[in-house]
Amino acid sequence: MERTEAELISAVLKGDAASFEPLVLKYSPRVFATARRYARRESEIEDIAQEVWLKAFDKLKSFRGEAPFEHWLMRMAVRTCYDFLRGHQRNRELSFTDLSEPEDDWLERFVAAPESASENADAAKLLVERVLEKLSPQARLVITLLEIEDRSVKEIAGITGWSVPLVKVRAFRARAEMRKIVGKMAKDKYL
Amino acid sequence: MNLAELQKKLIAAARADAPGDHVPYAFEKRITALLASRAAADKWTLWTRGLWRAAVPCVAIAVMFGAWAFLAQASAPSSGDLSQDFENTLLASVDQSDQAQ
Repeated sequence: MERTEAELISAVLKGDAASFEPLVLKYSPRVFATARRYARRESEIEDIAQEVWLKAFDKLKSFRGEAPFEHWLMRMAVRTCYDFLRGHQRNRELSFTDLSEPEDDWLERFVAAPESASENADAAKLLVERVLEKLSPQARLVITLLEIEDRSVKEIAGITGWSVPLVKVRAFRARAEMRKIVGKMAKDKYL
Repeated sequence: MNLAELQKKLIAAARADAPGDHVPYAFEKRITALLASRAAADKWTLWTRGLWRAAVPCVAIAVMFGAWAFLAQASAPSSGDLSQDFENTLLASVDQSDQAQ
């Protein structure tokens, strides 16, 4: 008979580390999907996922079972991703002089007729990836959670541990930062 | 160029590009193995930590005995000459056997 999550967690807390494996198996897809929002290289993504699970194992005692295990785990995953962003602030120089040809073409299409530039195009995805990489870790986290994953301010406050007013302030700053970066991209292309 | 519109388009592009959720082969086994190896390493950590903890009282005891020896030496009658004291100590047993005879 398959054991419930609560039973598995209780077994792990009693010292049966092998009972942790079914939890890893079940929730790793979500952990990996979250990590892929913040890191690009597969090796980095695996490192993040591994760290999430090691932290989850170490802090399992603090899981009280009031909220689903998945929520508790995802909070840990997002915080680990944020730590990763803070530790890997590379490639943040504000220059867009090395755009690829498809990216250039997509921007030109957008300038000529915004509706003709599809957001589903690969070039658009590459461009937004470039823009996100140039954001500060804090701004990237907020933009990802608020704008891309469409989470509420309250949810973000719960995930990050920030207060609701602080999330609002950081969201305002993050949007302004992104606007500045998009502006710089346009400037580099057309001036 | 309409920057607000461009920003909106780029956010829409990011939304449309949902990240994959595939997990590397046997990832869960790797985590379990890591946890097991960490548990083994933890035993050594505990041993090392124990040794370090034991070192503190050992140093304290050594300092106490050192201080006691120093103070005892200071209060004991001494000629003030270290070589003489050393010789007296060394020959104390010989002196005692001479006195017994």
